[in-house]
Amino acid sequence: MNNLPFGLPPRAGLGLKTEHFREVLGSQPDIGFFEVHAENYMVAGGPFHHYLGLIREQYPLSLHGVGLSIGAEGPLDIQHLKRLGVLIERYQPQSFSEHLAWSSHGPVFLNDLLPLAYDTPTLSRVCEHIDHVQSTLKRPMLLENPATYLAFERSTYDEADFINEVIRRTGCGLLLDVNNVYVSSINHQRDPLAYIDALPLHAVGEIHLAGFAEDTDSLGDRLLIDDHGAPIDNAVWTLYQHVLERTGPIATLIERDIQLPAFSVLHAEARQADERLRCAGGRS
Amino acid sequence: MNTHAAFAAALLDPRLNCPEGVFSANGADPASRFAVYRNNVQSSLINALAHSYPVVAQLVGNEFFRAMAAIYLLGNAPQSPLIKDYGHDLADFIEGFEPAVSVPYLADVARLERLRTLAYHAADAQPLNPEQIGAALADPHTLSELSVELHPSLNLLTSAFAVVSIWAAHQQDATLAGIDLDHGQHALILRNGLDVEVFVIEPGASAFIQNLQNGQPLLQAAASAPAFDLSQTLALLISHNALTHLHQNKVSP
Repeated sequence: MNNLPFGLPPRAGLGLKTEHFREVLGSQPDIGFFEVHAENYMVAGGPFHHYLGLIREQYPLSLHGVGLSIGAEGPLDIQHLKRLGVLIERYQPQSFSEHLAWSSHGPVFLNDLLPLAYDTPTLSRVCEHIDHVQSTLKRPMLLENPATYLAFERSTYDEADFINEVIRRTGCGLLLDVNNVYVSSINHQRDPLAYIDALPLHAVGEIHLAGFAEDTDSLGDRLLIDDHGAPIDNAVWTLYQHVLERTGPIATLIERDIQLPAFSVLHAEARQADERLRCAGGRS
Repeated sequence: MNTHAAFAAALLDPRLNCPEGVFSANGADPASRFAVYRNNVQSSLINALAHSYPVVAQLVGNEFFRAMAAIYLLGNAPQSPLIKDYGHDLADFIEGFEPAVSVPYLADVARLERLRTLAYHAADAQPLNPEQIGAALADPHTLSELSVELHPSLNLLTSAFAVVSIWAAHQQDATLAGIDLDHGQHALILRNGLDVEVFVIEPGASAFIQNLQNGQPLLQAAASAPAFDLSQTLALLISHNALTHLHQNKVSP
């Protein structure tokens, strides 16, 4: 299962925001790759395709789905899978990724990445769905570990074991979201280092870094919310370092979806990640 | 077994309790954790509507808009992961939304904003250049059977209100002063290159374009519309790259 053909370069990448289309094309910044949410580009034509086409000519691309609902109780949405196939054919992304989560129930789409009970029926279902995706799209996918706020009494696996089993059975890769690791670890009183070390790190094809928001729960304890709306926290940078020491340099996305700063601010965060990637590669 | 059904229902309806079978590792009330998911779902969908209908939101104020969107959401959960299409029928909901009756033009502004979104993402099509069109129009033998195809982004809206003026005012200083709100307008919406454009056109021009969309040949489409300035309307369509194909209907030799 090793050496999956994930083609993103071991560099820092940025989420491609429509607000930054013109700046990216105008200034051609030294960015390792761009990532887009697949669903944003499931439109017939117009500026989104125009700009993505031009940017794709110059940068590697990661296609990141947020609507496939791999953990759904029902079957996968075949139409949605077809739309993904069309995008992959058009843009030939170096990577396609989705989430260990559900977002649809029956015909209703809930527009959030919802948590799964880690039990045997869920494991079979998730593996079936990933097999379906990989055989339809004719390429391996990366599965992202979730940020969660609740646990299920029905769960019989811990999250890292569950992910290990999914990756062993399906041959998919891991999109290791280090911010999600930290958020979930605080929310569920887990040791983030032990969690990372329990993951199948040989299968990591991409890393995500992002910022979170802070809230408190009914006991007044810290409750972290994965909102992609802040700079990367120091605790997350430290975990990232821990990961790189084990994996070596891996393509790393800086995610920012709300309270979008100037492109230069995101580029500076990408440079920080690039610096750590260089060190992890043993180059000075 | 069907735990997602209860989870989904409670996400969409704040009157329902946190679903069974969930807990927090620290012993906190799971409802305080479930609230994060509910808030994510509700606020992301309301934000999606606010993003799609910025002028509607300005017209009624943010607080009113979000309250209205929350009520819309209760009966209209998204049916597709393509969230750009969420709220495609918001105008129809607004029309029946009692608290908004004092803003009678609100639904038509929503229709205009929806047509702008559709135009923005509509399929691409290469426009004809003015020389090609000029040559076809100059040939008296074929003119009577000439049909034109319009850009896929092109749409019309007929309103009993000054819907374009109201919308346009909110692209600048957002004042309705000086606008005769009850002066009905016919709107033409299209994408020219990468930009969506909105025009007020004559009633006859709107009928003419509608006839073209229905496949009528050019001259018939013009003749069966109420009086309007044909050359001015054609000039508008040509200069904004709205004509994509010309066809000769070979009805007779």
